[in-house]
Formats: sequence, structure tokens, C-alpha cells
Amino acid sequence: MYTQGLDQKTAPADERPGVDSAEDLARFQKRVDAEEKIEPKDWMPEAYRRTLIRQISQHAHSEIIGMQPEGNWLTRAPTLRRKSILLAKVQDEAGHGLYLYSAAETLGISRDEMVDQLLAGTAKYSSIFNYPTLTWADIGAIGWLVDGAAIMNQIPLCRCSYGPYSRAMIRVCKEESFHQRQGYEIMVELCRGSDAQKAMAQDALDRWWWPSLMMFGPSDKDSRHSAQSMAWKIKRFSNDELRQKFVDVTVPQAEFIGLSVPDDDLFFDEEAGHYRFGEIDWEEFMQVVSGNGQCNRERMQTRRNAHDNGAWVREAARAHAEKRAAQAAA
Amino acid sequence: MSKDWPLYEVFIRAKSGLSHRHAGSIHAPDDEMALNHARDVYTRRNEGVSIWVVRSSHIIASDPEETSAFFEPARDKIYRHPTFYDIPEGVENI
Repeated sequence: MYTQGLDQKTAPADERPGVDSAEDLARFQKRVDAEEKIEPKDWMPEAYRRTLIRQISQHAHSEIIGMQPEGNWLTRAPTLRRKSILLAKVQDEAGHGLYLYSAAETLGISRDEMVDQLLAGTAKYSSIFNYPTLTWADIGAIGWLVDGAAIMNQIPLCRCSYGPYSRAMIRVCKEESFHQRQGYEIMVELCRGSDAQKAMAQDALDRWWWPSLMMFGPSDKDSRHSAQSMAWKIKRFSNDELRQKFVDVTVPQAEFIGLSVPDDDLFFDEEAGHYRFGEIDWEEFMQVVSGNGQCNRERMQTRRNAHDNGAWVREAARAHAEKRAAQAAA
Repeated sequence: MSKDWPLYEVFIRAKSGLSHRHAGSIHAPDDEMALNHARDVYTRRNEGVSIWVVRSSHIIASDPEETSAFFEPARDKIYRHPTFYDIPEGVENI
């Protein structure tokens, strides 16, 4: 899963001019332009650091919250095979969250601070996880579309100028391909099944298609952070470019299994070699991002409960470690 | 809110014959849990046959600001490389 690079509610301090000297900034830009990786202890502009902390922590939160929609089906997967696969996938999402929190920590923010921001509701996570998983086909649609969109976004992030983020993304991308394939396989099987099963697959596509397109974030003309992130080689492609790539590869996959994409304006533009698609409902996107999606409150409550209910385990582990250390010292 | 567990750096030997390589980091309350967490986070697909974990605070690192001065002594000693030497045409096995 991945991040949308969403803006914070208040303008971040990184936009204050004059924090870093022009000379330092120019030297830094030269390194980035030469495709040198920036490592944790290297000098970097304050705004670069803050942008990365925001993006990587949002990305990590998305992985952690992203376990919930799929976790909903762990006990109801139709076969033991599907259940084992789904369990492995949800474990991977937890792992991805942990790789990313570690990468963000190298920039000088603590794990606790990031967890606090998530639990307090001041940090954002990807809008896609605020939609409910109503049927088993939703698990197929998530793997195929949501992880598909994530891969589209994450592959260029493997070349991100910041070393620890780039290395975390390489690891994530290696694992993510299985996620997408298992999802598509679920859809293939449903489409080869009974009429009711095929209808279930179509219904899942109908509900997940547009939210998946929204995953790429606001349109380029409304994306405040894009230009600077491109210059710093944090981003390699714009939101709209990635969204177009996703549509181009995904529409034929839907057609192959006899599903129809829920967009009356969709057509293949022969001349350009691209699918043209209808207008995204940005009002819905803004509502979900600002906390009013179908599941925002439930996701946050579940996360807070998990954190609170696990407190005694963390306390016990610490007490055990302290006792052992004291015994060893005695 | 509890304090963060200490940070550990994780090094993994992918297979015997290779050296351990830095994989990432994790938090854990003690050394034993650090090994278990490292296994769960970094080797879910048999990526390793051996793991080292070390408290991040125990690592001594060179300072990037001092990189040029620190590595300077090696820079002008090109005679340490085999390509520095001219060997006449026709000489073999050297």
C-alpha cells in the first residue's frame, strides 16, 4: 500500500523561507541531480526532511490501517488455502509498515511520535482504507486494484533520492507483486464461477474502481507539493501520469475476465494509445480525506483499541527485560 | 504513552558463504525479542540463514561532514591499484 502525499491541516513550517542557505541548497540539488542517494546523516534542506517525514509516515500509517479491511475476512475466507494466503498478505502489510516507520525514524522523528500522530488523528493515511469490505470479492478487488495502484506508485519510489526510503520500497515492491496476483486470481475464479459469483466480482469492481483511481492523489493542477518533490527526486512521475498508467494496464485485465469498468466515458484513444476516462468525484475524495468516509471513525477506533489493548503486553515485555538486565548485573 | 523500546539494527546473512548485510532496523525490549522481531519482519520469505542484531546506540559511525578529510589519506595512493603498473605486452599470468 502507499501514500497520497496529502497536505497537513496547517501549513507546515517547511514552507518558511530562509531556513537553509542558498549555497547549501544549491550543493544539495547538485547531488540530487547527479542521482546521488542522500543518507540519514547527510546535510539536507529542512523542507526535504519534513516532506519525507510526512510522506513516509503517511505511507507507514496506510500499511498499518490497511490491515483492517482485509483482516475483516481472515476468519471468513472460503478455503484454508485462501485463508493462509490472506493471513500472509496481512502480515506483509504489517511488515511494510515497520520497514517504513524505521525509514522515517532515520530522519529524526521517533516511532512514538508517529504512532501518537496516527492515534490522535492528526496524521493522514490513504483514503482507500475508509471503504468497507462487504463481500469476499472485495478481497479480490483490493489485491488486484488497490495493490495494483500501490505498485504503480511504489516502483518509481524505489529510485527515490532518499536512501532508506528507496531501500524500504525495493523490499516492499518485491513482496507486493504476490498481493496483486492473488487478488486477480480471486477475481478470475469468481468470474469462472456461477452467475451469482460473477455478479459479486462485478459489484466489487463497481465499488472499488473509482476509489482506486483516487489513490493516486489530487489531480496535478491541485497538487501543492508535487513540483518540489519532483525536483528533489522524491517523486518521479506526477499523480496524473501514474493514474493514466494504472488505467491503461488495468482496463484490459478487467476485459479479459469479462468484467466491465464502471465508467460510461471510458474509451480507447487509438491515436494517443491511452484509455480516456471520466471525471473523478473529487468531492467524495475530499470528504473521505477529511474524515467523513464510510469507515474513517471505525478504522481509527479499531486502531486505538488495538493500541490500548496491547499496552499490557508492551509493559510486560519491558518489565521482563528490566528484570533480566537486573539479574545479569547482580 | 509508553517510551519507545530501544532501536536495533538488523544484519542478515542471505546464505552461508556470504557476509551479513544491513537489512533495516526494529524496536524491541531486549536482545532476544530483537532477534524474534527481526526474523518476523525481515525474513518472512527465507531471506536469511543467520541474523545479527545490535543496539543502534552501540554503532560508531564516521561523520559524513568529515568524509573528504577522513578518507583523504587513501585518495592519492593510486599505486595501491594493480592498474597503476605498466606490464610489457606479451607478458602473461600477471
